[in-house]
Amino acid sequence: MRFIWFNLMPWPYLPDDFREKYRSVWVDIPSALYDPVRGHEVYNTYLDQLEFAETVGFDGIGVNEHHANAYGLMPSPCLMAAALARRTSRAALVVLGSSIALYEPPIRVAEEFAMLDVISGGRLVAGFPVGTSMDTNYAYGRIPALLRERYAEAHELIRRAWAEDEPFAFNGRYTKLRYANCWPKPIQKPHPPVFVPGGGSVETYDFCIENTYNYSYLSFFGYLRARRLMEGYWQRVAEMGADDSPYRATFAQIICVAETDAEAERLYGPHISYFFNRCLHVYPGFAEAPGYRTIKTIQAEFLRQLARPSLGQGASLSWSELIELGYIVVGSPETVRQRMEELIKTLRVGNIICGIHVGDMPPEKTRYSTELFATKVMPHLKGIWKEYDSDDRFWIRPLAKRAVPGANASGGLR
Amino acid sequence: MSTCSRLLGVAGGRRKIQVLEAGDGAPLVFMHGAGGVTEDNPFLTALARRWHVFAPLLPGYGMSEGAESLRDMLSVTLHTFDVLDALGLIRPMLVGHSMGGMIAAEMAAIAPREVERLGLIAPAGLWLDAHPIPDLFSKLPHELPALMFHDPEFGERMMTAGGNLDDPKLLEAFVIRNTRQLATASKLLFPIPDRGLDERLYRIRAKTMLIWGDGDRVMPPAYGEAFSRGIAGAELVRIPDAGHMVIVERPHAVVGALLQLERS
Repeated sequence: MRFIWFNLMPWPYLPDDFREKYRSVWVDIPSALYDPVRGHEVYNTYLDQLEFAETVGFDGIGVNEHHANAYGLMPSPCLMAAALARRTSRAALVVLGSSIALYEPPIRVAEEFAMLDVISGGRLVAGFPVGTSMDTNYAYGRIPALLRERYAEAHELIRRAWAEDEPFAFNGRYTKLRYANCWPKPIQKPHPPVFVPGGGSVETYDFCIENTYNYSYLSFFGYLRARRLMEGYWQRVAEMGADDSPYRATFAQIICVAETDAEAERLYGPHISYFFNRCLHVYPGFAEAPGYRTIKTIQAEFLRQLARPSLGQGASLSWSELIELGYIVVGSPETVRQRMEELIKTLRVGNIICGIHVGDMPPEKTRYSTELFATKVMPHLKGIWKEYDSDDRFWIRPLAKRAVPGANASGGLR
Repeated sequence: MSTCSRLLGVAGGRRKIQVLEAGDGAPLVFMHGAGGVTEDNPFLTALARRWHVFAPLLPGYGMSEGAESLRDMLSVTLHTFDVLDALGLIRPMLVGHSMGGMIAAEMAAIAPREVERLGLIAPAGLWLDAHPIPDLFSKLPHELPALMFHDPEFGERMMTAGGNLDDPKLLEAFVIRNTRQLATASKLLFPIPDRGLDERLYRIRAKTMLIWGDGDRVMPPAYGEAFSRGIAGAELVRIPDAGHMVIVERPHAVVGALLQLERS
């Protein structure tokens, strides 16, 4: 089992009456609600937390990409990963951007990921999300019906740019390069492990299986709801004749640990409420531009009765409902261990993205919960898939001997 | 007057489209807006009293197929010429509403010798910073009648006629139809319905009638004036008590303006 400590980087100062006064946390939220001076503290606190997670034993630290979004303050995940590359030495840098259909020319992503892989000594996990409709269509103006074609072309260019040793001509529909030539190249060969965040598009299942990429289901709605979707994925893995290594799959889960279940509710309740009530307050009209999902996916969802949860639906749930429905895994180390074991086995996932910082949780609580999870929960779960430990297709292969940041930074001749 | 429907291969079989057809007289080709058009549309009925009406459905609408190969304004414009060829029509009167008006205007700009009479009913295709067009793609269904119609109550009755979306089968059909239609429309209209038409308007030689609902809240009448400035000799008719859906709110007034165009 591998555990990735992840922070969405929400803006923690949304006003109490945010839901009443504003229709959406995303796309058209006024940027007047952002204060860059406070933002300086916020970014540095969040980056400290990611660095801390490495010191307590997490296998990876994760960042992602959102645009015009007050619950995800990382329009550029590569910038965050670059900051982390120099301040960490062991953990995988799991970058769940870059939304490759958003960059023109997309070879920019091949270059930036190669830079990160080289600076970090081969610790990059490269994420290739399609991106949500809010990010790609509404905030970045991509035509929904053409997004997936653009994504496929960007993917082809990036993979070729990493693989080829000579400049090549790339004559795409959306990108034309007479000299496609990626300098630098990544350390990890043939390419860094790739994670593809998905939300149930059937095309994404096939894409991951064909390319030996990890399918990462990033949901805020917990593992009980995810079960049917992940069953669909594993069924497709079997249909396509691939092996069933759990490292093919990742799941994201909100996790909060305290000494007791009661303490967990007292400590974390307000921050979880902030998350579900303010952070996920998204105007439903932005949920999905027409053409963003394919007809095939829509039909598959009707067939499997996988009604999409609207982002805001957690807001109406009580603490005990959030727990029962699996939106959150919270409580004492023993409670969390039991639920996580059930989650890991029922979804058959080798990686957990741990959402331990939630909403406006302050740093001391985040640290407490992180430490308890690392010391009292993680060790009991590490061995769940030990028979698959030799499967290195979906994880980093760093250099054995890596540079020490700062080694050459002091002045004078020695 | 009964409307019939048939399937037609166009562009050497590359696409298959559904054409609605009604009435007799001189040919008139009607190009629908982003919401599509169905056989029972009152505007088609009104047109069919004077003309032989052809209403081809864009790929993604109705039974028309082949939207994958239509990605941009030029391909949709040329596709529509392919449709005229497949119908065997030579320089018919072209009439388009909203997105369909944008396509008709592009056709007249790209091939000015091929279009003699052009009826543009609240066409899309321009953008004025002083009059931003609302983002219809992100609107919820209940928000639409007030935007699209002069009389929101009438609009609501028009838009919900006969549909009970609590029935899962109907809901699925509705979601799929809506997604297919607007996926095609998004290629011309998303995120801003401007594909450079303003730079080509000067090429239009057709006799042009611009028809606008006075209370259009989607494409305010300022757009009518902008089109009228861009197309030499164009005439602008404003219809009172009508919104963007002027064709169903005031079909006879629109037909009256088109008759004027035919006689000009």
